[in-house]
Amino acid sequence: MAEKTIAGTAVTVNDEGYLEDPGQWTKEIAVEIAKELNIDLSDKHYEVIHFLREKFMEGTPLTIRKVGKSGIVDIKEFYKLFPGGPLKFSSKIAGIPKPASCV
Amino acid sequence: MNTNKNENPLKKVCIICAKGTIEDIYATLVLANGAVMEGIEAKLFFTFFGLDAITKNRMNKIHTSTVGNPAMRMPGGLPFPSIMGMLPGVEAGVSAMMKSQMEKLDIPPIDEFLEMITAGGGEVYACKLAMDMFKLEEKDLWDDCSGVLTVGDFYAMCGGENTQIIFT
Repeated sequence: MAEKTIAGTAVTVNDEGYLEDPGQWTKEIAVEIAKELNIDLSDKHYEVIHFLREKFMEGTPLTIRKVGKSGIVDIKEFYKLFPGGPLKFSSKIAGIPKPASCV
Repeated sequence: MNTNKNENPLKKVCIICAKGTIEDIYATLVLANGAVMEGIEAKLFFTFFGLDAITKNRMNKIHTSTVGNPAMRMPGGLPFPSIMGMLPGVEAGVSAMMKSQMEKLDIPPIDEFLEMITAGGGEVYACKLAMDMFKLEEKDLWDDCSGVLTVGDFYAMCGGENTQIIFT
């Protein structure tokens, strides 16, 4: 666990750079984390991010399949939005913990 | 757990599935899907009874074996007598129960799982020799199958650094 300043806000992150407290998340933080991952956030990205945050707050375990059934993106589009790690990168940008999911 | 400090990460997995039970096929699919989720390239090679996983009229009728499986348990944990596994309908019942347990964990049916893997860039291949043996043609295979390969073709895909071949 470490203190880090992202987009001018002091936040706590874990070893892998995921926010420890999703409550500290802001849109500006999302933009900064996305930049580190070479992702330019579009409206579609935000829709996915809000979906993930909503599900996380409800306590629903997140999987790629759930995102694919969200009606926002299909799985192929999800991979295109967050290349190289759709679920982990989107979660990181959304300021929620890395999903402990194998599917 | 130190998971993010690997400076020499895995880049590609080539997974061979030669058996047609729920556990063998799903081991293959979970490994492949897990790979593409992490940005690792995945090639799948289905051979012998593993071909059932990508054969249209077989892929959604996969069972687990209720005989000769000493790890099989009753719901609740009591041992499952092999002789029960021989009764008609038991294998189907146990298999249906296993599939419903998996559905609860958001593990999809085989066709949907294959779609998830190919959506992430994974590629699915059939073994030519096994196809000939089982008298299968390309039209019998799942539509998004990338092709039919010889062993040599498959090995040719398994080059490159940090590539692993996995036999489930």
